[in-house]
Amino acid sequence: MEIKADTTVCIGAGMCALTAPQLFDQSEDEGTVLVLQREVPPELEDTVRRAVTLCPSGAISAT
Amino acid sequence: MSDLTLPMVRRRPLDPPDELGELRRQAPVHRLTFADGHLGWLVTGYAAARAVLADPRFSNRPERMHPPIPGRMELARREGFRLPPGMFLRTDPPEHTRYRRLLTGQFTVRRMKALEPRIAEITEEHLDAMEAAGPPADLVEAFALPIPSLVICELLGVPYEDRARFQEDARILFNLETKAEDALAAVGSTMAYLSDLIGRKRDKPDDDLLSGLVEGGELTDEELTGVGFLLLLAGHETTANMLGLGTYALLTNPAQLAALRDDPSIAETAVEELLRYLTIIHLGPVRSAVEDVEIEGVLIRAGETVALSLPAANRDPERFPGGDTLDVTRPATGHLTFGHGIHQCLGQQLARAEMRIAYPALLRRLPGLRLAVTPEEVPMRSDMSIYGVHRLPVTW
Repeated sequence: MEIKADTTVCIGAGMCALTAPQLFDQSEDEGTVLVLQREVPPELEDTVRRAVTLCPSGAISAT
Repeated sequence: MSDLTLPMVRRRPLDPPDELGELRRQAPVHRLTFADGHLGWLVTGYAAARAVLADPRFSNRPERMHPPIPGRMELARREGFRLPPGMFLRTDPPEHTRYRRLLTGQFTVRRMKALEPRIAEITEEHLDAMEAAGPPADLVEAFALPIPSLVICELLGVPYEDRARFQEDARILFNLETKAEDALAAVGSTMAYLSDLIGRKRDKPDDDLLSGLVEGGELTDEELTGVGFLLLLAGHETTANMLGLGTYALLTNPAQLAALRDDPSIAETAVEELLRYLTIIHLGPVRSAVEDVEIEGVLIRAGETVALSLPAANRDPERFPGGDTLDVTRPATGHLTFGHGIHQCLGQQLARAEMRIAYPALLRRLPGLRLAVTPEEVPMRSDMSIYGVHRLPVTW
C-alpha cells in the first residue's frame, strides 16, 4: 500500500497526523499534510485506511 | 408540499428530539419546509450528511440559504447585507481557501500539543480557586467557560479582562430568539473592539496569533478583524459548552464518570465519545446546492437549501451501533460534530487538547463531584444555537 497526498486540497485538520503519526505530519508554516513515509508497512494498513476516511478534504488516499 | 418542519423539542436533555431518530429510521433525506416557506431538505443519516458536507456543489454562503427555523439567518438574506470580509466560515472556495490557508499552520496537532502544559496550568488554577471558595459552585462560571476563554484569548492575543464584553455579544448572537437588529449590533460592537485591538497590534506587535497575522502582511485590517471575530467567538462558546454539558452527562451517567475517573488513559476516547453523543452544534449546519446533486438516491436541485441534523447523524446505528447510549470506551472517531469537508472545525485539535486535560483534572481533583440540584433543575440551552447547560450547580 502506498500513500498519496495532495497539499493543494489539504485544509490542515490534522486527522492524519493524529491517527497515524508514524506516517503523517503537518508542515510547520502551512499546516498541510507531510507524508513521512510513502510505503505503508502491512501492520499499519488499517490505520492508514482510517486516516483516509477521517480526512475531511479528501487530501490523502492509499492504494 | 411537505408538512414537516424541523423538530426542536427534546424529551430528554441529552437526547435529540425523538422525531429526528424516527425520521432517520425511515430515510436519510426528507423534504422539509423551512421557516420562510422554502421547500428544502433535512438530512438525518450519517452517510448522507457526510456526503453533503464533502461535496463542493454545496455552498456555505449565507445569502443563498433559507432559515430552517424562524428568526435565524433573517439578517443574511436581507438586501444589502454583507458579511464582513475575513469571516471565512460562510464563504466558498477560492475565497475560503485563501483565509483557511493563512490559519492552518496555527492549529496543527504539534502546536496544540505544545500548548498542553499551559492549558493544564490554567485548569489547575481554576480548580484551586474552586476548592478555595468551597462548595457549591456553578461549574460553568468557575470552570467550563473561563478555561477555553482564557486559552483562546491568550492564543489570539486578546486581553482577558475584555472578555465580559464579547461574552455578552456571543450570548446575543447564539440566542435563537435574537432579532436581526440586535444581532447586527452585537457583531458591530465586537468588530469595533477588535478593529481597535488590531490597530494596537499593528503599532506594537506581540508574540500572539493576531500579531503574527498582522505581521504576515497578507490581510487588510478589515479582514483581520473578521478573522479575529470568527476565532474569538468560536473559541468561546464551543469548548465551554462541551465542558459544561459533558460534565452534566458524566454526572448523570455515574458508571461512565467512574470509568473515566479511574482510568485517565481513556481520556482521548472519552472525549470523542462525548463529542459524538452530545453534538452541541444541534441546529444546522445548512448548505445550498449550486447545481443538481444526487445524495443517497435523492435529487437535490440547484438553489435548494439542505439542513443537516448532526445529532441525528451522529447517532445513526449504521455508523455507531447503539449510538443512543453514552459509552466512553467506544471508538467514536469519525463523528460529524466538528463538521466534515473543507469547513471542518479549524480549532478541533485545540478543543480536543482542552477537553483531554480538563475532564480528567476535574474528576481527579474533586472525586466526590455531584450535582447540587436534581438533573431536571439544570437549565438547558435549548434556546441557543450551541447546546449545553446555562448553569451547572455542583458540590463535592
